[in-house]
Amino acid sequence: MTDAVLVENVVKRFSGSQTTVALAGVSVAIRAGELFGFIGPDGAGKTTLFRILTTLLLPDEGRARVLGEDVVGAMWSLRTRIGYMPGRFSLYPDLSVEENLRFFASVFGTTIAAERARIAPIYVQLEPFKERRAGALSGGMKQKLALCCALVHRPEILFLDEPTTGVDAVSRREFWDLLGDLKAGGLTAVVSTPYMDEADRCDRIALIQQGRLLAVDAPAAVAAAFDRPLLSVRSGRRHDVLRALREYPQANTAYPFGESIHFTDKRADVPVAAQQNELRAFLQGRGLTDVSVEPAAPTVEDSFMARMGGREDAA
Amino acid sequence: MTGDLAIVAKDLTRKFGDFVACDRITFDVRAGEVFGFLGANGAGKTTAIRMMTGLLSPSGGQATVAGYDVYRESESIKRHIGYMSQRFSLYEDLTVAENIQLYGGIYDLTDRQIRERTDAMLSRLGFRHAERTLVRSIPLGWRQKLAFSVALLHEPRIVFLDEPTSGVDPITRRQFWEMIYDAAASGTTVFVTTHYMDEAEYCDRISIMVAGKIGAMGTPSELKHQFGATSVDDVFVRLARPAAGSTPGSGAKA
Repeated sequence: MTDAVLVENVVKRFSGSQTTVALAGVSVAIRAGELFGFIGPDGAGKTTLFRILTTLLLPDEGRARVLGEDVVGAMWSLRTRIGYMPGRFSLYPDLSVEENLRFFASVFGTTIAAERARIAPIYVQLEPFKERRAGALSGGMKQKLALCCALVHRPEILFLDEPTTGVDAVSRREFWDLLGDLKAGGLTAVVSTPYMDEADRCDRIALIQQGRLLAVDAPAAVAAAFDRPLLSVRSGRRHDVLRALREYPQANTAYPFGESIHFTDKRADVPVAAQQNELRAFLQGRGLTDVSVEPAAPTVEDSFMARMGGREDAA
Repeated sequence: MTGDLAIVAKDLTRKFGDFVACDRITFDVRAGEVFGFLGANGAGKTTAIRMMTGLLSPSGGQATVAGYDVYRESESIKRHIGYMSQRFSLYEDLTVAENIQLYGGIYDLTDRQIRERTDAMLSRLGFRHAERTLVRSIPLGWRQKLAFSVALLHEPRIVFLDEPTSGVDPITRRQFWEMIYDAAASGTTVFVTTHYMDEAEYCDRISIMVAGKIGAMGTPSELKHQFGATSVDDVFVRLARPAAGSTPGSGAKA
């Protein structure tokens, strides 16, 4: 089976007062039928890559094929075969829900009625508000309308650039449920997100940072590739513990992680049990007695931070 | 008198026409506390924050912020709070130093205060080399750390942070929270919204708004216990799920 997306050494620079390398040689293959996620912070290059794949921007170097067609040479035919939901809300705020949908259908030579069955699962949620101006919808509903508009011409592949950014945790889950349904219907979907906890909703993910892919694999495999024992440190005095950990001579990393702190030891050759005991003793010596130190399973976010090399998002 | 309370809200209400965006919300925030203000999109958070920052007059109820009344003393409130958000924080076409100078001027700091605080801030952040750099060419994570420091430049008693870490990389996001703790430790009250549920766990207390009301309030562990949940994310889903399908696009945008 051919790849739905094949990206080979794509480079994109933007010149201004100083040249910015948005994509520094990106290569990735996405299979047909996959729900594939690009996971990374703002400024990582996600939007630039999506705009190249949707034929809206030309790469400086390298090449990319979508549905077997070159994104530069075959841009016109590709445009009718792909669906794109940009990161910024780009529907017409002064048109109603129904008018927006009718407009996007007509651009592609179809009608809402003809596409009804395809968009029904999402459109039923919007229908009670079909007279409402799109600009007056809540964040979650705007995303659903944008998704409908991106689907109305029966694309073979869907690109969704940060569909859940700024959306609350519950609406985010519901949006991913919708994407799961679309995938079950056979659609290939390529999604980007800055929320690391959404990685698990994808078949495979690419971690992206500063224009480079740090890893491409199934989310569980990306998390499991974390290369040293991870300890979860819990305490009612989390901030004090964190400060103490910063002064612990054997500390490699110590990051707050929800209600615990994820800790790694510098010494990969020391058994985990010994690492645990020494850390407990150190914290006790600091008067931090109400502390639990247990092995933890690394997450995609742990893996991402490890691959950043312990450095923040520096220029 | 409010004693050591930074924010006191009692039955605070805001209506837009028939729509009640904020429905008699009552809560206190203690001085030096990190208070997480959570809720689904459209639940009324923005309306509540606009009332507490003196930008919107309530329809009913009472509230004081930093000891000032939200009806009669909104200008005093504005002078005694700091504010930053993900969407707007600094002017991209100004340099780092120019941004600081502008903010300092707005808050009536003397040239000398501005100079001293700029020096101290940039040294603390390790940004000295970036003083004459345009903000637009600074990475987002740095920009957010800088914006937070600038929001504290006039030493406000309370700082409101509206999704300050949205889209920020995971390491910088955690560094940002260390800055929040440091500010709270020095007595600044921090009022913060976020869609990252792990960050909710970092707050001293949180409230979760549901359809204009405060659906739950307490320390993260109290709420988890109360709802028999394993994480704040769980608590949030249980509270917000019944409301998730209702009244989208409500008048909250008005």
